[in-house]
Amino acid sequence: MIHQVEIRDLNFGYGEQLVLKGINLTVPKGSLVAIMGLSGCGKTTLLRLMGGQLLARQGSVRVAGQELNHMNEAQLYAMRRRVGVLFQFGALFTDLSVFDNVAFQMREHTRLPESMIRDLTLMKLNAVGLRGVQSLMPAELSGGMARRVALARATALDPALILYDEPFTGLDPISLGAIGRLIRQLNDALGATSVLVTHDVQESMKIVDYIYFVSDGVIVAQGTPEEIHASALPFVHQFVWGEADGPLPFHYPGPTLKMDFGDERGQA
Amino acid sequence: MNRATLNLWVGFFVLLGFLAFLMLAFKVGNLNLDGSGGTYEVVAHFDNIGQLKERAPVRSSGVLVGRVHSVRFDTLHYNAEVHMAIDTQYHFPVDSSVSVLTSGILGEQYVGLDAGGDDKMLKNGDEIKLTQGAMVLERLIGQFLFNKAQEGGTDKTSTDKGAP
Amino acid sequence: MRGAWGHGLRTVGDTTLSIVGRIGAVVLFLGQILRHSGTSFRRFGLVIREVYFAGVQSLIIILVSGLFVGMVLGLQGFETLQSYGSSESVGVLVALSLMRELGPVVSALLFASRAGSAITAEIGLMKATEQLSAMEMMAVNPLARVVAPRFWGGVISLPLLAVLFAAMGILGGFLVTVVMLGVDSGAFWSQMQAAVDFHHDILNGMIKSLVFGVAVSAIATFEGYEAPPTAEGVSGATTRTVVSSSLAILALDLLLTAFMMKGWN
Repeated sequence: MIHQVEIRDLNFGYGEQLVLKGINLTVPKGSLVAIMGLSGCGKTTLLRLMGGQLLARQGSVRVAGQELNHMNEAQLYAMRRRVGVLFQFGALFTDLSVFDNVAFQMREHTRLPESMIRDLTLMKLNAVGLRGVQSLMPAELSGGMARRVALARATALDPALILYDEPFTGLDPISLGAIGRLIRQLNDALGATSVLVTHDVQESMKIVDYIYFVSDGVIVAQGTPEEIHASALPFVHQFVWGEADGPLPFHYPGPTLKMDFGDERGQA
Repeated sequence: MNRATLNLWVGFFVLLGFLAFLMLAFKVGNLNLDGSGGTYEVVAHFDNIGQLKERAPVRSSGVLVGRVHSVRFDTLHYNAEVHMAIDTQYHFPVDSSVSVLTSGILGEQYVGLDAGGDDKMLKNGDEIKLTQGAMVLERLIGQFLFNKAQEGGTDKTSTDKGAP
Repeated sequence: MRGAWGHGLRTVGDTTLSIVGRIGAVVLFLGQILRHSGTSFRRFGLVIREVYFAGVQSLIIILVSGLFVGMVLGLQGFETLQSYGSSESVGVLVALSLMRELGPVVSALLFASRAGSAITAEIGLMKATEQLSAMEMMAVNPLARVVAPRFWGGVISLPLLAVLFAAMGILGGFLVTVVMLGVDSGAFWSQMQAAVDFHHDILNGMIKSLVFGVAVSAIATFEGYEAPPTAEGVSGATTRTVVSSSLAILALDLLLTAFMMKGWN
């Protein structure tokens, strides 16, 4: 089995605090894998480690068999040309038109003639159904359209690995379904591998091949969508069914209610 | 904003800037004089230069012909040594004379250059021998009073033939 | 008592250290920009675009301010010089003030608040909305693609703006003193020409505005690039750009003036 992404015994932290502890994770070629967890559990950090924007403290991160920790800047940039990233909220370049956004990487990294760039860009925009907005500025797009344009931009150079950071956040149900379908279609059409970081359980369960659950910097559960759905683990159950209280407490840890309300005896 | 319009505006901006620069250089400044480097240097010693500064004008018949390049104290002769840069388009005989003058009553001081009659012309590095230093007001007044006193004295002691 | 003194001293020490640290950080950042400037010169279109935003869009405020400043100088100079009976020298006063000090300094201050703050806000927002991260992940270095062109756009624009400011100011002085107050036009220009030196006044003024251009552009891009990626972070960075640029301009002006004066005498 060839793995597009392979993470072994990874530790990472900002300052003293460890954000990720002993992560082991593989993403086979051609698959669509979701990493789920609550906000702030280290999912986005994990994605940035795969893109080489952060470097692991301990352990290894391999993309297409290459160890990111040992790369110099030039090698890192070469690796990134084969990786597409869809950022939270799209991160379209606000000073460029939709067309220029999608054409950005072709112009930066290839010496293709302008006519060919035009054809390729329009094809990419057509794939997400937004050929009609090519001359608009990102500020003139709705959230869902911006996300689709960003998707077209992320896949502009036909990357081997596509990373999605919260692609479903803040979308209406229709756009959400459209994005979900597009992610699956693009993955299969390009023969790419995709990693999806999300907390949207229902939508991602429909499209992904495999799911990792992260909580407190540790992988607590993993499996195919069916296994996850049927899982009896309390944490997974709480997450999948959206229960307010469970193994993850509703209350942030702190002094007891009695102490906060000034009842000194609570302390004594 | 399409690319062509943008480039046009930037081109217009740069051109405008250059025109302003040329206006400053030629209309406001004096680029045509010593900016081109077409000068030759002459030196002169004055017993007093008054308030003469570097870059003060050198004028002949009131026309600007050069500028004072540097002023220093000559420890050999105990007087002021003034180097002047004269525009190469003006030639002056070697027996020309220079004096430190004042434009107006409170105006700046400048070097006045009066042409002599020799056939030989001044070259780079030559010295102008005939110099007249600045008038110092206190000395003028002192001299005036001294003369007045002497006049008065001569009237009274005309028979003494001036002996004190 | 001792506590208060100690606290005060500590504050002074902290402030000094943080200012020195910030200057150092800007200088290091400037080095980074220079190292990543290759793209800007290979694809000069990127810089031209920024000259448009920094230079052309500051044109109106610079031209109008220059005109007003020149007019005020003319009026004030005329008032004062008239009592010495040398109102023709007003041209000299206007031209020298503008060429040596007001042209470079005021245009740099205006540029810092008009274009510098815009550069900081733009880069800061690009960072806050992850555009810089996205660019990095597309294997394009934001220092080369976003920061360096804006830096060079500013460095090119400011000397041009300063020259235009001075030219407009002299025109304003001319309008007030010659056209309105009746100073002789010939004397106005000839005295000016006799007093203004190309090297010492005009070129030195240009050198000043070039230095200010480097300082303001480096500070503006630095503050944007290092801005905390939040709304308050970006607005704070914008304010800091204007404040630190203005202080840097005035401090550098003092240094440069002292340095250039030394060359005169």
